[in-house]
Amino acid sequence: MIHLAWLVPALPLLGMILNIFVGRRLGRKGVGLLASAAVGSAFLVSLGLFISLGGLPHGVHQAEQTLFTWIAAGSFHVTVSLLIDPLSVLMSLVVSGVGFLIHVYSIGYMEHDKDYRRFFVYLNLFVAAMLILVLANNFLLLYVGWELVGLCSYLLIGFWYEKKSAADAGKKAFLTTRIGDVGFALGILLIFVTFGTLDYSAVFSQAPKLLQVGGTTATMITLLLFVGAIGKSAQIPLYVWLPDAMEGPTPVSALIHAATMVTAGVFMVTRTHVLFELAPFSQSVVAIIGTLTAFYAATIALTQMDIKRVLAYSTISQLGYMFLAVGVAAYSAGIFHLMTHAFFKALLFMGAGSVMHALDGETDMRRMGGLIRKMPLTGWTFVVAWLAISGVPPFSGFFSKDEILAAAYHAGHPILWLIGLITAGLTSFYIGRQVFLTFFGRSRVAPDLEPHVHESPSVMTWPLLALALLAAVAGFVGLPSANGSLIQSFLSPVVGGEGGGSFDLLLALLSTGVGLTGIFVAWLMYSAGVVSPTRMAARVRPLYNLLWNKYYVDELYGFLFIRPFRRTAAFLAEIFDPWVIDGAVNAVALVTDGASRVIRVWESGYVRNYALSLLAGAVIMLAYFVLR
Amino acid sequence: MIPLSHFMILSAVLFTIGVLGVVLRRNAIMIFMSVELMLNAVNLAFVALARSLHTLDGQVFVFFVMTVAAAEVAIGLALIVVLFRTKGTIDVDEVNLLKG
Repeated sequence: MIHLAWLVPALPLLGMILNIFVGRRLGRKGVGLLASAAVGSAFLVSLGLFISLGGLPHGVHQAEQTLFTWIAAGSFHVTVSLLIDPLSVLMSLVVSGVGFLIHVYSIGYMEHDKDYRRFFVYLNLFVAAMLILVLANNFLLLYVGWELVGLCSYLLIGFWYEKKSAADAGKKAFLTTRIGDVGFALGILLIFVTFGTLDYSAVFSQAPKLLQVGGTTATMITLLLFVGAIGKSAQIPLYVWLPDAMEGPTPVSALIHAATMVTAGVFMVTRTHVLFELAPFSQSVVAIIGTLTAFYAATIALTQMDIKRVLAYSTISQLGYMFLAVGVAAYSAGIFHLMTHAFFKALLFMGAGSVMHALDGETDMRRMGGLIRKMPLTGWTFVVAWLAISGVPPFSGFFSKDEILAAAYHAGHPILWLIGLITAGLTSFYIGRQVFLTFFGRSRVAPDLEPHVHESPSVMTWPLLALALLAAVAGFVGLPSANGSLIQSFLSPVVGGEGGGSFDLLLALLSTGVGLTGIFVAWLMYSAGVVSPTRMAARVRPLYNLLWNKYYVDELYGFLFIRPFRRTAAFLAEIFDPWVIDGAVNAVALVTDGASRVIRVWESGYVRNYALSLLAGAVIMLAYFVLR
Repeated sequence: MIPLSHFMILSAVLFTIGVLGVVLRRNAIMIFMSVELMLNAVNLAFVALARSLHTLDGQVFVFFVMTVAAAEVAIGLALIVVLFRTKGTIDVDEVNLLKG
């Protein structure tokens, strides 16, 4: 079975190619089915890989499949090979599984879009790119997947490119992640310079010998790699692209936020954890940036009124948790949260998409409310996701978030733990607020839309149900037991047995309490009406405005980077180019022209004049030689 | 025995006539013939000097000059024919397209 690993990225690619070339003949239904089937079968192959991992000989936990040699130049040798180990198999299960559900959902969601085929082509490429990224066995192939994912995000965020905001958001995502990618590329180059190879196995086995613990090289490599993760996984200060990414169709947001793209950074740090462990400083940077991002994004999400924007900041915040986990060396906890987050965040986004589908594209939560009566399936699955992300036991988020917080606490970072705990409260509050505003209470839907509100077609609700089931029960793989949880022991061959803090009843009770408090406060404010949100906002007006305007970071970046850049460009285009560049060329032409005005008097066009000149010349030369 | 100076003077006279023809005439054919005259004036000088100095170098040169002159006739006449066909005249003052 292992030798079929290449099918995992190849099947979505095949789906893409078929849709490009024969998609027109398949018709709308065929295109969607083909794309979904391609990703679905990739999921089945991943499942087969998962099973066959257990069938490996005792003590062996990974296999490699070399497909072909890509570059062979002297000592630089890169093959296209896949690494099949617990981490990559788990990731490809999540990517292809959640990706499959999103594809199915898209069949319904994109039904009326004119560029149906293009959408599925991009979607398939996106999933294929992410699968290449997770299955790569060397840094260069990882980078290929990494860049392809970036390209697909650009194509899909700017899918409705006729809309200026969508085209701008696509550009923003591409450029912002590109900044991180430069760091990532430099990190890979530094790895090659240091180790002379880019293969994971060679690099990781030599790392303890070639690098000193805490040495400059180790710190440099890991920090540069982390810069790439910051860009891709939307951490401070490069997170600005993710909230804008909602300009794309909602299934794309679900795909970017849950299964592909943003999880790449967390995965990469986990994959290269051998290097990070040699650089304690980088680990602290990862943990601190993660925690700060988690808190910071959660505070912004508190006030936003756009249903997708709340979720976007929520994703940034949850990714912060994952980086906190991998920063304190709790890799399995980070990957565990990545998995549960993929389930409930895909569910939240698809629920939001379902709401928008019913409300003719409305995204403002102030014009929703009471929708659960008309869309019970969407509403109740959304509630499941809410309970999961809020960390209410026994839903999945409880286990994964709790494991991260416990790991942070036990790793000796009580401050990070405290911030994480507060963020957990904020999280349950803002998602609770969203649930109450959208699905409960009085309807504030525009009167002309009201009669048309309907539950989405079953092709959209079935994926919601499947994800709701996963979001509810997936946490049990993290159920603590005597020798670590299931997921911990599954991942231990890759990330080692340490980390992944042991279950701590007190901490668990505390974080559950905080989560429930957040829900309770949201209920008080947005459902029971005990505390008026508007009066609350008025009381802390400056703070509210700060949060409502997202700390003015976009404006700050605009002032610091975009405006100077535009100014420089304008200077170059309007002053430098016409005056200096064109000026130089024009000056040369002017001088030539002026000189020719003097000289061309001689050019009369009469042959005899030329002949006379010849004669004069001959006479002068002769005279010179004769009279000398 | 005719002294060398006679030959040289004749050669110089012929050459000057040729030069004046080239500079003063307007008819392309006349200019062309003047050029030929200049070449032959030089040939005369070559042959005369070769004889008086008892070397063969001058004679050999003359062969080359005659060859070049023959080639020149072929090309020059062809040019004049084309010139006449396009312009309808062989007056070189009418052909001043190269004027700056």
